[in-house]
Amino acid sequence: MEFLAYFGGVFEPLSLLLLIGGTVGGLILGATPGLSPTMAVALLIPFTFHLSPTQGLILLGAAYTSTVAGGAVSAILLKIPGAPANIATSLDGNAMAKNGEGARALHLSFLSSGIGGVTGVMLLIFLTPVLASWALEFGPSELFWISILGVTVIGSLDSKSFVKGLLSGCIGLWLSTIGYDDNLGVPRFIFSDSLTGGINIIAALIGLFAIPQVLDMFSKGRQSRDIEQIEVPKHPISKSVGELRRSGRALSIGTIIGSIIGLIPGVGGQIAGLVAYDQSRKFSSQREKFGTGHGEGVIAAESANNAMVGPSLVPLLTLSIPGSPTAAVLLGGLLIHGIFPGSDLFEKHPDVAWTFINSMLIGQILMVIFGIYTAAWAARIARAPMPIMAAAVMVLALFGSYSVQQSMGDVYIMLSLGIGMYFLEKFGFSAAPLVLGLILGPIAEANFIQGSLIANAQNGPFEYFMTGTLNVLLITLVVVSIAYSFWSNMIQGRTSTLAEEAG
Amino acid sequence: MDTSRLQHTFAAVFIFVIAVVVAWISFYQEPADAFLFPRLISVFFAGLAAWNLVRAVAGMAKVGDGMSADTFLKILPGLVIAFVYVFFAARFLGFYLSSWVTFLLLYTLYDPLSPVNVQGWVKRIIVTTCFMVVMYGLFALLLKVQTPRGIWF
Repeated sequence: MEFLAYFGGVFEPLSLLLLIGGTVGGLILGATPGLSPTMAVALLIPFTFHLSPTQGLILLGAAYTSTVAGGAVSAILLKIPGAPANIATSLDGNAMAKNGEGARALHLSFLSSGIGGVTGVMLLIFLTPVLASWALEFGPSELFWISILGVTVIGSLDSKSFVKGLLSGCIGLWLSTIGYDDNLGVPRFIFSDSLTGGINIIAALIGLFAIPQVLDMFSKGRQSRDIEQIEVPKHPISKSVGELRRSGRALSIGTIIGSIIGLIPGVGGQIAGLVAYDQSRKFSSQREKFGTGHGEGVIAAESANNAMVGPSLVPLLTLSIPGSPTAAVLLGGLLIHGIFPGSDLFEKHPDVAWTFINSMLIGQILMVIFGIYTAAWAARIARAPMPIMAAAVMVLALFGSYSVQQSMGDVYIMLSLGIGMYFLEKFGFSAAPLVLGLILGPIAEANFIQGSLIANAQNGPFEYFMTGTLNVLLITLVVVSIAYSFWSNMIQGRTSTLAEEAG
Repeated sequence: MDTSRLQHTFAAVFIFVIAVVVAWISFYQEPADAFLFPRLISVFFAGLAAWNLVRAVAGMAKVGDGMSADTFLKILPGLVIAFVYVFFAARFLGFYLSSWVTFLLLYTLYDPLSPVNVQGWVKRIIVTTCFMVVMYGLFALLLKVQTPRGIWF
């Protein structure tokens, strides 16, 4: 119950202001189609640079939580999911809105998001210290394998092609070695003056997540978005609470599935929402109503995608393995403040860790309150024309990447990486493993060098890195994640070939 | 060879060339101790890039839609503006002026409203100016970021 001692930090004036600002801002950004939660958090990182680590994390955590929930607003009212995690929400949510029950759908969405989210954060609170104390036993060899596991898990599970996912991870690891070597001061891969200081993580995060989305918006040309205007008549909140109480089964299924999926690195909210929706339909006595505007569909999907937020941070805070691309960006946010997740986090910075986790708990409640009362307003902003969004993100990306070190080199790196990533994405590569490689690369290298020195004084590198229970376990996990991804790619490939043959 | 396969092959060759260059530098640059970790990575990087190339040539690389000429032509003007903005205008004109011009250009370029529509221009100028006022408030006043002023602002 150590977390209870750090609740006071959340209610400090500036922290509370950031929490509210992050929640409202996240709801609006989440409701805006084309702006993903990952990009929203990446664009916020430069602002945290000017705050204390705790306050910075509170802002990022609030934005992470509420962007996922905010995505439901556009999914329900515009049938455009704000994020992939809200795809399942649009199935019933938009049908409800078209039937004149938009307010009911929004109430159910935010209430179930809140319950799922609180459950997920409670799981984070109780699981994290257990795993963190286990991580205390890790030495350089284990930390090296943990870093590699982080890259391979996201690389193989988060990508449609595991070869391209792992290749993205390798590109990220290589990019992390650019600049002067930390131990000997030797220049490595410095092809231009802008690369002398290496690749700044924040500039890279902004470039890799924001610029491809800007270019994606450009690719739609001068077309106007034909968005159907849906009236949202008022609906008493008490009726929605009553309906939620009667839909305990859908709520439980969504919350449990979301929590479990959140714990698996790389799987993500989109899968959580869709699996929960599907399972809820299977177990429902009114399964024929799903897809026609049934409240249980919204409840299952939204409780699941928010329940995964807390558990997705368990592997991040304990083992430095982010459970989702947004968690990877949060890892970058931690590292720029000199905070390395793992056992150290709870030993050396318990105030930062627990205040951040507690703020996520309070953030869930704020998200429900603000979500219900600002949804209609957020939906209006979500209708903002695409060119304004693209231009605004472009300008914000320039200012954000420059403001960190006040260096034009970072701005050049941001745009170059962003343009490169846009083209790579067109060929099936994804940004998440590349970012993970870039973030975890220095940690992997430092532990590899330290481990090699220890190994040379003992029985050699093979015995040091490849033996021992924890090393073997981690290597097995690396191999299993790659093998599983290889196997699922094979099955997918065979299925699509059969589908093509069948016409 | 169809366009998609050709594009995937071209992308795979590009990645493979980068991987080979990284491996070559890692194994031939001195002192070797500084390149221990890059060597380890480059072996996997080159191996995976070769595998990806073989798959692309064999037509097995199906993930990713590639880039159509239509898409490329649509992003090209925006890409050129972004490039000029970041690499030249931001420093030369100053951050705020160049951002104002870039915002207005991008908005006009991709706005469904006709560029000869006077009302459209008024709206675009107002939106751009409001956005830049917010940016100035955030970065210059709140965060106190010293941005390049260039020849103007």
